[in-house]
This record gives sequence, C-alpha cells and structure tokens, in this order.
Amino acid sequence: MWTIIQIELFKIFRRPRTYIAFGAIAALIGIIQFGLKLDGKSYTDFLMKDIGGSMEIEGNVLNGYLICYIMLQLLLVHVPLLVALIAADMISGEANMGTLRLLLSKPYSRTELLLAKFFAATVYTLMLLVWLAFLALVVSIWIFGVGDLFLMKSSYVVLLNEADVFWRYTGAFCFAALAMVTVAALGFFLSIFSENSIGPIVATMSIIVFFTILSTLNIPVFNIIKPYLFTTHLNSWKEFFDIKVSDTNDAIIGSIQNPQRIINSVFVLILHIVGFVGASIWVFNKKDVLS
Amino acid sequence: MQKCFLFVLVFQLSFLANAQDINALVKRVKTKLDLVNDYEADGNMKTDVIFIKAPIGKVKVYFKKPNHFRLKKNGGISLLPKGGVSVNMSSLIATNDFVAIAAGESIVNGTNTKVVKLLPSNDNSDIVLTTLYIDEPNLLVKKAITTTKENGTYEMEMRYGAFAQYGLPEKVIFSFNTKDYKLPKGVTLEFDDNEKPISDAQKMKNRKGRVEITYSNYIINKGVSDSMFK
Amino acid sequence: MQQIVQVTDLTKQFKNLTAVDGLSFSVNEGDVYGFLGQNGAGKSTSIRMMLTLIEPSNGEIEIFGMKLAKHRREILSQIGAVIEKPDIYKYLSAYDNLKLFAKLSGINPSSQQLMDQLEMVGLAHRANDKVKTFSQGMKQRLGIGIALVHNPRLIILDEPTNGLDPQGIADIRNLILHLSRESKKTVIVSSHLLSEIEQIATRVLIIDKGKKLVEGNANELFDPSQTIVELQTMDNVFALQQLKQSKWLNNLQAPRNNAIVLKLDRKEIPILHTDLAQMQVQLLSLQPRHSLEDYFLQITSNNQHVDHYTN
Repeated sequence: MWTIIQIELFKIFRRPRTYIAFGAIAALIGIIQFGLKLDGKSYTDFLMKDIGGSMEIEGNVLNGYLICYIMLQLLLVHVPLLVALIAADMISGEANMGTLRLLLSKPYSRTELLLAKFFAATVYTLMLLVWLAFLALVVSIWIFGVGDLFLMKSSYVVLLNEADVFWRYTGAFCFAALAMVTVAALGFFLSIFSENSIGPIVATMSIIVFFTILSTLNIPVFNIIKPYLFTTHLNSWKEFFDIKVSDTNDAIIGSIQNPQRIINSVFVLILHIVGFVGASIWVFNKKDVLS
Repeated sequence: MQKCFLFVLVFQLSFLANAQDINALVKRVKTKLDLVNDYEADGNMKTDVIFIKAPIGKVKVYFKKPNHFRLKKNGGISLLPKGGVSVNMSSLIATNDFVAIAAGESIVNGTNTKVVKLLPSNDNSDIVLTTLYIDEPNLLVKKAITTTKENGTYEMEMRYGAFAQYGLPEKVIFSFNTKDYKLPKGVTLEFDDNEKPISDAQKMKNRKGRVEITYSNYIINKGVSDSMFK
Repeated sequence: MQQIVQVTDLTKQFKNLTAVDGLSFSVNEGDVYGFLGQNGAGKSTSIRMMLTLIEPSNGEIEIFGMKLAKHRREILSQIGAVIEKPDIYKYLSAYDNLKLFAKLSGINPSSQQLMDQLEMVGLAHRANDKVKTFSQGMKQRLGIGIALVHNPRLIILDEPTNGLDPQGIADIRNLILHLSRESKKTVIVSSHLLSEIEQIATRVLIIDKGKKLVEGNANELFDPSQTIVELQTMDNVFALQQLKQSKWLNNLQAPRNNAIVLKLDRKEIPILHTDLAQMQVQLLSLQPRHSLEDYFLQITSNNQHVDHYTN
C-alpha cells in the first residue's frame, strides 16, 4: 500500500499541473497583499463605512490577521477549483492518458489503488492549504504585522484580542483542510465516471457553485435543505472567529460562539468524504475499464 | 438662529445672579482640572454595544493641555463611540467659550450635585449642549451629558477614587445611542444565520451603547510627548 | 507441455452487445499464441478480461493453474502486458516510467537494471527524456520494456504493432521471437493482421463476433495440403458448370467475393490450371491461400455468401 501511495504522490508532484495551483494561490495572495499594502486605507475605510455611523475604530485594523481573514474568505471560494483540478483528474486523467488500464492490470486491488489515489489527492490538498496558510497568514503577518482582529459580520462586529487569534486560525485552517478534502472527495468520485478530466473538473465546480448559490440565497424553500448541503458547511471555519459574550456583553476570551456548529459541520463533512470515497470504491470495483 | 440666541439671552438674564455663582463654580472646577498639564494612565476598557462583541481590553490613555486626548490599545484596536471618548472633562470646559446656566440640583449615585448647562457660544462647535452634574464640595464632575450635532447625545458618568484631588476619575462610563448595524449576508459570506446568534446581547436590545473605562496608575504632569497624539 | 492459460466459456455481455460469446481456448507454456480477429471481434475484450480490467459475464479464466477471480494478485504479478496503445505517463521520463511500473509490479530494480532494460528496447540514450517527446514506435518499445521489467512468465501484447512503421513492426516481431526463443517466455499477441501473426505464432486462434472460428497449431493451419484457391473467370456460371462435371466437384467450396472457391493440395494447382484450359474456361485470376489465410479472409469479407451451389 505504501508503495502505491508513494507512486501516486510521485506522479502528482511531477506534473506541471500540480504547480499551477500553488502558483495561482501565490499570485492571488501576492496581488491582494500588494494592493492592500498600497491602498489598504481606502479598503478599510470602505469596509468600516457601515459601522462608522456610531462608532469610531482606533488602531491598526489592517494587520496581518485581518488580511489573512479577507484572503481566506476570498480564496476558499477559489481553492475548490484548484483542488478539483487535481482531484477530479485522479482517475479520469489516467483513463484519458490510457495509463489506467496498465495501472489496473498491476497486482493491486482497485480498492487499494483508489485509497492510495485519494490519499495522494488529500496530501496535495493539505499541502495546498499549508501553502495558503503560509502565504496568507505568515507572509501577511510579516508584511503587515499582528494585532487585534476586527471582523464585521452581518449583524454584529467582533473584536478579538491579538493573543486570542492565532489558535482560531489554527482551527480554521484545520477545518478548511477538512472542507477542501470534501471537495477533493467529490471531484475524486466524479472522476471515476469520465474518460477526460475536463468533465469531472467542471462538474465538481458546477456542483459547488450551484450548491453555494443555494446556500447563499435566503429563500425559505432553500433554507430547509441548507443544512444538508455540504457547501453550507464548507464555510463553518468562520465560526472559529465568533466569540461568546458574557451576560454583561463582554467577549469571553478563548471562547467560540457556536462550537456545536463546527462539530456539526465536521461531522457532515466527514460523512460526505466517507460517502464519496465509499461510493467511488463501490462503483469503481464494478466498472469495466474500457479506456 | 437669532431667535434662539435671543431666547438664550433672555434666559441668561433672568438667571444672571445665579449664573454668576454657576460660572464661579465652573471656573473652580476648571482651575482644579488645570492643575493637570498632562497625564497618562492605564485603563481597562469594556465595550457594551448591542452589535459589538469585544473583550475587556487594556488601554493606555494620554492627555495633554489644552485638549489633546488619545486612547491607545497597545498594537490593538479599540471601538469607541464616535466623538465621545476623545471629549474628556478637561477639554469640555477647557475653553471659556461657553455660557453656563444653572439648572437646579440632582442626585448622582447618591451624591448631591449641581446641574449646570453649558452652551457653547461658538456656532461652529460640534457640541450643542453639555449638562454637567457637579459635586460642589469636592469640585468633581459626576456626570456629563453632551449633545452634539453630528454624533448624537452621549452621557459620561464619572466615579472618583485616589486621583479625585486632580479631578481625574477612576471610572468613566460612556452611554450613547447607537445606530442600527447591518451588513448584507452576501457581503459577509454568511450562509446559515437564521437564528439570532447573539441571544445574550439580544437581552440588551433596548439598552444604549456603553463604554466603561476603569483607570489605574495615573502618571500626572510628568510630560507627554506630542508625538503621542499624532 | 504445461497449460498456462485456460479460458472456458468466456462471455461478456455489454448492454445490447455480446462482445465475447462462449469463448474457450488454452495457451501452453512457451507458446507464441496468435490471437487474430478483426477490429471489434472481441480480442481486446477477452484480453482485458484476462487482466481483470473487465468483469466476465460468464465463464472462467485460469492462469498458471489458478483461478483469476480468486488469485488476481499472484497471477497479475507474473503477467506483463501492453494493452492497445502503449500509453504511459507523458510528463515522466522513460526511466521514471519504467521505475514506477517496476515498483507497481512489486520489484525494486537497481538503476543499472533499469538502464539495461531500456537498452534492451533501444531507449537507453533517451532514458531521461520525457515520454511526450517520443515517437509512437519509441513509446511502444518503452511499453514493452515496462511489460517485461518484472520478468513475467506470461506476456500479453494487444495489437503491439498498431500505428508503427514497417521498421517498428519488424522490431516488435524480432523482439517477440527473441522472447520466445531465448527467454522461453509465453507470449499472447493479438492482431487484426494475419501477416504479423503468421510469421511468429506457434498457435493461432481466430475469433469473429466474439466467437471462436478456429484454434490450432500454426503448422497445421499453414498446411499446404489444405490450400484454398479462388478463381475469377470471364463466365463464372460456365466455369462452375464445367467444374461440377469434372473431378474437381468434391473440391468445390462456398463461393465468395463473386469467386469460385476450391480446396486442394498446393501441388494440384498446376493440374487445375491445365484442366481449366481444357474446359475452355477463360481464367482471369487464380489465387491460392493456405487455410489460415482463408479463415481470415472469411471474416474480413464479412462472411459474404453470394449463393450456395455446392451439391
């Protein structure tokens, strides 16, 4: 098993396509950082416009922590595309290239092969997130420094102490990793049905975009199904940045407003991963390889 | 405007005698406050606004005559009522550009106080009216209600301790009206907030916004650099 | 001689299509087993079933005396295969491809062994070049190198000469002969071209529409005493009349391609020639074929039977 995992990783990291994602993230983050470095003031002014009505904000709002949050918010919409680029290609790409039949005529079971491939896709996804975390958090802190994190939610704002932020990012990145592995699992599942990689990549993205729209729309009919859509849960990393308040309306340092939501989402996402991978194994074991 | 001025004038005249006492009182308070050229102090700030979730934070406060005031949270961010905190006691009565009117007596936190209304004589002043509750024997302002053109009305309640001799409070409570805060969920990318998540704060729906600063460690007249207020 | 492959009643039913229909055959150790049939005859489907790429609808495959369904891993570790096009990882070098598949086959060869293997298929000088820069023939050779890297007992080559130039075809042919004669390997090689098979195969199986048409030793199927002759004359009806009244009556076969068909010993062809002249049959052409060729022609001409005239 370890041999095929090694081989799958070797294949992933020998492909130019793999580095597109790393490059794309670096470019996106670089541009945002550059832009905010140049003109961060007008961006934050725009952001604070709504709260400016009755409150004044003192201090360096635009620090590394806020920039990381902004980027996570933006990029976690795009990263699924990059994850799909590899995950949805895991089987279909080999079918397209014609290597799948050779691979499957080797003395490993299809289940082993799929698990190894999924594991490799997961490693890729995690590395992508580590890369994202490094650029969005570490580099932003290096450029913009640290400070308290001031966040605007739809019906309230949250101010987190500098010392109360890093662990939240750790949690958020771990959660985001799980969310992205779910995307990988979806792409992986779709990739077994196709003999070219474009189909599953587009299908994965379409499903995510479609479900995200359903998740975003605040229409009563959709609200019923929302809790069951995995896209609703992909964004639960934000819960790490919502703090509990005491009876006297003081934020309780180190607390999370809705830890249950995170737990629920983790549970739903794990269920999806197990479901997608399980279904992949089930379907793939019955599939005739004609490519 | 003129009518208004006329009214103030009449109002002033009718209470002239009284007004002189009151002016003297305000002057005495001011003289007491004038003992402090500058100070810096450590404080704990607590923000209690319906739509703000903020922890109690350590702040440093700097003041320099005539009206330089700065609240700093080391490397951090603080949310302050607009135009509120920066207007401290000293700067309120630092200038002589006001007309003081006596408005009776009142009890603030169990202390008898004289109520004084200050009307700025400068039309361009943001402050429309300030009401001071002055503890006459101790020459301490216990409470101030300020109405501004731009930022509504806010209330400052002061409690004194070790630094009462300088007229510096141990605790200041700002109360102010808050405007509604709402951002579209599309902007904040929130998907699943059907239930109101801040039920704790919900209880205080009808309360005004409050910011409490508890001071400790005043360092008085040891000089504060101008660079602090930039 | 030990039987290495035993296929019994193998059937594969796709939705509306029976790709392989009750196919049975066996391959002995040391055979170069020619698997002939047109495109779509069911060769690839059969081979894929032998490699567990396709699940049979019915029937059984035994390889090395073990049931494939139960002993997949043991069996596959001793098989090397090139399935249709030699598709390998284009973004990897020849060396990396070979190393990767060696590992997948359960061995971990030294770099010297890998280079030797590349040398054998004539690619040592391109070892570190990416496969995407390779010609079809080079890819094919690398594919065979990959199939052989773990020294398998059984080598399965599905249409190994597809898309190759004549030199490439000759190279592959020589390689198969070398494997069979020098390395004593058992080779199953499929093709839709008779010419490729007849020069190398020791046994031959011809299938058509998923069914076995004939299976036998090459020397029997190439037997000159069973030569088929196709006649084209100015007037086939007249020629046929004459033949039916002659001693050649019993040699007549079902006609095809508007030609008269006879089966006879190769040595009798000059006599037939003379007889036809005596019968005043105006001969346009006379084409002798051995029976394997004839079987093959039967399927390539889609079994066209114009009319039956044999007695």
